[in-house]
Amino acid sequence: MPMRKTFLEGLLHRPLTDPPPALDDPELAELGRKLDAAARRRLGRSLAIREVDAGSCNGCELEIHALNNAFHDLERFGLRFVASPRHADVLLVTGPVTRNMREALERTWRATPDPKWVVAVGDCALDGGLFAGGYACVGGVSAVVPVDLHIRGCPPMPAQLLKGLLTLLAPP
Amino acid sequence: MRGEADTRCRPWPRRAVDAPAWEAAAERLAEGQGTLLALWGEVGGVHMAVLDEAAAPGIEVLSLACPDGRFPSVGRVHAPAIRPERAMRDLFGLEPVGLPDPRPWLDHGRWGVAAPLSATPSARAAPDAAPAYPVLPVEGEDLHEVPVGPVHAGIIEPGHFRFTCDGETVVRLEERLGYVHKGIEERMRGADLDRAARLAARTSGDSTVAYGIAFARAAEAALGVAPPPRAVWLRALMAELERLANHLGDVGAICNDASFALMHAHCGILRERVLRAAMTCFGHRLMMDRVVPGGVACNLDAAGAAALRALVAEIAARFPRLADLYDRTASLLDRTVGTGIVRPDLARRFGAGGHVGRASGRAFDSRRALGGYPPYDALRFEVPVLEEGDVNARVWIRIREIEQSLALIGQILDRLPDGPVRVPLSPAAGEACEGLALAESFRGEVLVWLRLDAEGRVARCHLRDPSWFQWPLLEAAIEDNIIADFPLCNKSFNCSYSGHDL
Repeated sequence: MPMRKTFLEGLLHRPLTDPPPALDDPELAELGRKLDAAARRRLGRSLAIREVDAGSCNGCELEIHALNNAFHDLERFGLRFVASPRHADVLLVTGPVTRNMREALERTWRATPDPKWVVAVGDCALDGGLFAGGYACVGGVSAVVPVDLHIRGCPPMPAQLLKGLLTLLAPP
Repeated sequence: MRGEADTRCRPWPRRAVDAPAWEAAAERLAEGQGTLLALWGEVGGVHMAVLDEAAAPGIEVLSLACPDGRFPSVGRVHAPAIRPERAMRDLFGLEPVGLPDPRPWLDHGRWGVAAPLSATPSARAAPDAAPAYPVLPVEGEDLHEVPVGPVHAGIIEPGHFRFTCDGETVVRLEERLGYVHKGIEERMRGADLDRAARLAARTSGDSTVAYGIAFARAAEAALGVAPPPRAVWLRALMAELERLANHLGDVGAICNDASFALMHAHCGILRERVLRAAMTCFGHRLMMDRVVPGGVACNLDAAGAAALRALVAEIAARFPRLADLYDRTASLLDRTVGTGIVRPDLARRFGAGGHVGRASGRAFDSRRALGGYPPYDALRFEVPVLEEGDVNARVWIRIREIEQSLALIGQILDRLPDGPVRVPLSPAAGEACEGLALAESFRGEVLVWLRLDAEGRVARCHLRDPSWFQWPLLEAAIEDNIIADFPLCNKSFNCSYSGHDL
């Protein structure tokens, strides 16, 4: 009967979900203002996100995963992860972009229908981070596809990721 | 084994051997004597670490100079060496003579340079289109191929899987990895210890504490420095939190891949609790860069210890019911029992560590083996081992290890010594030195071999993820299973792409 108990407990307990983060980061707000208002109107308040690991150490992926747990509950904001770039409005790209992943990233970007946004996640995705300058990395997502928003951190915490993603939805 | 013992490598000496002795060592591995722990190259030579728990000192490092850039292939007789040797050829231009697989491994023809770690890397045009990579031929009626990746449907790392199927049944899986090759070992060259430790900590983010410990222990062994006792215990505390978080995440994710989302949701809550406690106590959810050569870069106060005790109490109260739920849900067990079997002889031959090895009868755990490393030599814990080798066994190993980690955290909190947490490391007195260390990550033992130059900078560092000897077993595990069970099998292994690709 562990299943019934677990369900009942879930009904009787208060939700674990954190309150939505305050969008008080001036840097993000500034980026938000620059986002294409037309695209924002067309995409509305629901975004489909396709995650692309372009050479991350997998730390960013762990925290992106955490967005789906009961505490962060990404879907309450109309944000959800999708299985194909063809279904996506947003590409969430991590890693210093290894040369071995460059083409896959470009092709994923081309497969994503317009209008679309690219969000680069993590310090590596900004400029290659610790891995910049070597033979194996391009060094930063913006060197390969146009980036609309950077979310910094190594890795960024789920709350920071949420803030960044909600910037896309906030009215300009 | 004849050869001059090089005592600069600590704590296990490295021995220079000639080609016949190298070949004899390969033959012994092929006969099942000892386990290949690592195989790596450097400019002008190759090294092999062999584990033999029956013989002192337990680990032997053999080195073969190859001034002409060639060495006798170990992979010719011992399959686990094939991928490491392909990688050595790609990175150093060293030719493993007799290696049965002529194809590159990490080098996808995109670097603009050949043999980037050799003394004379040669420039090469990086083509826009992918150079052809022939997958192994499969012949037979009614077979079809399913290419998957490198970009997958879930939030996972990139790699390519080529399935050959007969109807739904997979008759062969071939992996192609290397997509997240960041050139970490090249970035290490010339780095000071601080920077090198940060690079090591980003080899595989989910094992950042284990990599931190392995790298720090290798550096400390090389320099002959002992970290303070409190730091050693705090490292173990963080390592067990990391194991707990990963195993909780995996148990949930494996069930999720069998469409049992309830487990995923509840395990996700417990995992998040661990990460939040780590944030409270150590200032980083994944505890990245908290282990440093010479000790740790954080401390634990009374409030932190209380938070960890509360965490242990909560998981100890909630997790048994989840394990019970797993065990009593027939529709879930129907997916996991008998699925993706790794035969014990394969696990032994490949020296698979972690839950992959221990679910298939291989009891090796570097916290315990060869006397163990501190503080585990002073702690009580069991290493669970099963023989079935299926997805279910790999789930149960994790469940048992979660219980063990909870008990270990309690013991560590009870006995945490006082004192400083970090000692300064000064470069060796004007001479190069080497260290080798193992640290048990949640997926198996991480090995780090490190050579420091006279100024204390990294001359060469090799980081060997446990995934190197687990990935090939996934190819074997999926054979004769239906393709729809691949995500389940893959998650039950949870190999690191980044740790493998380096």
